[in-house]
Amino acid sequence: MQIKEEPKTYDVVIVGSGAGGGMAAYMLAKAGAKVCLLEAGGYYDPADPKYITQLKYPWESPRRGAGTTRAFGDFDAAWGGWQIEGEPYTAVAGTEFHWFRSRMLGGRTNHWGRISLRFGPDDFRRGSISGIGDDWPIGYDDLKPYYDRVDKLIGVFGSVENFPNEPDGIFLPPPKPRLHELMIKKAGKNIGIPVFPSRLSILTQKINDERGVCFNCHQCNRGCAVYADFSSSSVLVIPALKTGNLTLVNGAMVREVLTDTQTGLATGVSYVDTLTREEVSVKAKVVVLAASACESARLLLNSKSGRFPQGLANSSGVIGKYLNDSTGASRSGFIPALMDRKRYNEDGVGGMHVYTPWWLDNSKLDFARGYHIEYGGGMNMPGYGFGMGMQGSNGKYPYADGSTKPAGGYGSRLKEDARRFFGAYIGMSGRGEPIPLESNYCEIDPDKVDKYGIPVLRFHYKWSDHEIKQAKHMQDTFEQLIVEMGGIPQGRKPGPENDYGLAKPGQIIHEIGTVRMGKDRNKSALNEWQQAHDVKNLFVVDAAPFVSQGDKNVTWTILASSMRTSEYIIEQVKANKI
Amino acid sequence: MKRRDLLKNIALTSVGVATAATGINASPTQDADLEAGKKKKSKAGPGRTPQEVERDAKLMAETFFTPHEMATITVICDIILPADATSGSASQAGVPAFIEFMAKDMPQQQTPLRGGLMWIDNQAMKRFGKKFVACTAPERIQIVDDIAYPEQAKPAMKQGVSFFNLMRDLTMTGFYTTEMGFQDLGYMGNQPNTWLGVPEDVLKQYGLTGKE
Ligand SMILES: Cc1cc2nc3c(=O)[nH]c(=O)nc-3n(C[C@H](O)[C@H](O)[C@H](O)COP(=O)(O)OP(=O)(O)OC[C@H]3O[C@@H](n4cnc5c(N)ncnc54)[C@H](O)[C@@H]3O)c2cc1C
Ligand code: SF4
Repeated sequence: MQIKEEPKTYDVVIVGSGAGGGMAAYMLAKAGAKVCLLEAGGYYDPADPKYITQLKYPWESPRRGAGTTRAFGDFDAAWGGWQIEGEPYTAVAGTEFHWFRSRMLGGRTNHWGRISLRFGPDDFRRGSISGIGDDWPIGYDDLKPYYDRVDKLIGVFGSVENFPNEPDGIFLPPPKPRLHELMIKKAGKNIGIPVFPSRLSILTQKINDERGVCFNCHQCNRGCAVYADFSSSSVLVIPALKTGNLTLVNGAMVREVLTDTQTGLATGVSYVDTLTREEVSVKAKVVVLAASACESARLLLNSKSGRFPQGLANSSGVIGKYLNDSTGASRSGFIPALMDRKRYNEDGVGGMHVYTPWWLDNSKLDFARGYHIEYGGGMNMPGYGFGMGMQGSNGKYPYADGSTKPAGGYGSRLKEDARRFFGAYIGMSGRGEPIPLESNYCEIDPDKVDKYGIPVLRFHYKWSDHEIKQAKHMQDTFEQLIVEMGGIPQGRKPGPENDYGLAKPGQIIHEIGTVRMGKDRNKSALNEWQQAHDVKNLFVVDAAPFVSQGDKNVTWTILASSMRTSEYIIEQVKANKI
Repeated sequence: MKRRDLLKNIALTSVGVATAATGINASPTQDADLEAGKKKKSKAGPGRTPQEVERDAKLMAETFFTPHEMATITVICDIILPADATSGSASQAGVPAFIEFMAKDMPQQQTPLRGGLMWIDNQAMKRFGKKFVACTAPERIQIVDDIAYPEQAKPAMKQGVSFFNLMRDLTMTGFYTTEMGFQDLGYMGNQPNTWLGVPEDVLKQYGLTGKE
């Protein structure tokens, strides 16, 4: 096959346009570098009418928003999902991992939950605190200035709480709690569980002329047409394009990083044009990977050469190992006091208005890491699934006139059921920190390729006892909170038979750790600047470098780290070191 | 771009199309035609990938249920959600056409639905010597009463209970995801809004201050 070669040599080529890649493209293009951004998926702009699903009604979808073709429903802004046609992945028998990918400009930031938490000081040194796991090569103080700048550049609401290990940011005003959220706060206070304003990257105030202000449609997962929430597409890549320094190539599925056999330095990447299926190579002085944690590991492992037989930047053999995803478990509750509620528009922003940070001391518990709690509920817009399973609840609670009726049934009573139960359910989900294990990894499947001929990933992942015990603790907490609210926990309480409802690995979609950073080059692939020990002009700026993930969602840390590494690249180039 | 202009844009692309596609008195087939027409007009389908547009168009062009099955579905839907003082019936809200679409969209529903319809016709034949749609209203209710209450149903009726649960689920969702359903429910969102917190009278009703 003939390989087409782009004649130009760029200063930097970036692979992937999600949180990490978008930030790098923004920082480097603004600094004046000539940047090429390669994105496997298509172009996407949440403000372009052709892509807008925001404010659509369920009846505008023939399946009323059901998730038949999109995992999170017809209106969700994800082009991708757990499975992508022609791009398989596998798992070692007896283990499993679920890998969510979005193939579009901005990656998964177009439809993410916008929960934007900083890691706390302790989250960088869990190894030395607990004796289990490893410390990061950097600490909170190294990242704090970048978190501050990300807050200002992108915008996040929240409240100053001075809560241990939950650093405050530079916040926009948070929205007031909804009714069920006030009830959760009150119940939390009674039983010693802190509940305070959530921290989401949604603009409750104007921050610049390019972006609008949130108008409370509760649909950030559909992408915001006025750019009032953070998506890498709208907030980073599109502004970076306006500098004239950024060349964006969509439909560019990168196969491998190219290296010079003499120097061992990266010279660029080669990609498959997904439309023409032609092979193209792009030359650059610096290569930045941001294809998401597992994909960046895959790229490096697939970049084998005589000089790098184990894959690029992998003399330590660590690439792919220590893969870890947040833990997750949930429970829902029915709150009788919320039956027959007064109607008003309580959609609010596209997520919870309050949350619970990790509030306990693990040294007094039988598991080593904490979790935070996310809350749901309210008079939400009906979609596919609304009113289903009525026979499970309508026989249990008396009607307004005091009568009870047998479960199930038909007729006008079902309409009354829909009305009286509307907005009377709440949900809570724990999201926790797992122990990163060497035995949880992704590797190249020796037998399989995707439709571009690129060898695919094979996963090996099992939860340890710590995560299972943590899930048990979550279930006890959820039950306590629901009962304290005067509510009735729904369904049977998950128990040991199903690991206390612990989500399967990957399902929480915070995978990290596959291209570790560290001080010791025998145990890590990258140094503290996310720069390859073995190849000094190669960087990784997604969540692959992270040593652990705290009990926080990772994206705000991806953004801060990518910003930090981007500035390091600029300095190093200026100092002629790369 | 200015927020106001964008909002105008949104209003045009979504709300405008919405009202056209939801003729409240439209018959099931009309409803399906309108949906199909809508897809044909906007080739790229706002907010859909080309593969999704293609898949939807293909499903719309297919017919799964026979006219007899559709008639039976319509009768059952309207038993589940009849017109009353608050709102119209399931069929007035286009629920049968929605069920037809879902059977094609989620093929795993096909056997339970088609088989369930046969099951209910078989019951009607055994009891009254005619198909379910040909039964009188009291005769139909006699069968439905045996399968509508899962906790009271006789063991021999269990398959009918499963079928009726499925029909209840699809009818409820199909109804409450229409304009008529929204009105019945009193859902007030999905539009630009200023959120100032829980209204004062609601706080009072629940003995809350808003400063919990
Ligand atoms: C439903 C959902 C909710 C979430 N909620 C939250 C939340 O509330 N808070 C939080 O912190 N995190 C959340 N996340 C996680 C968050 O989306 C990710 O952490 C974040 O997007 C990761 O950024 P990234 O840059 O590493 O990768 P991505 O955003 O996945 O972007 C990677 C990009 O690289 C492209 N790419 C991949 N392979 C190649 C290749 N070979 N060649 C070229 N391009 C390639 C992809 O197409 C994609 O565009 C959520 C995720 C999902 C799915
Ligand atoms: S909730 Fe606010 S930020 Fe989110 S999509 Fe709606 S208007 Fe935009």
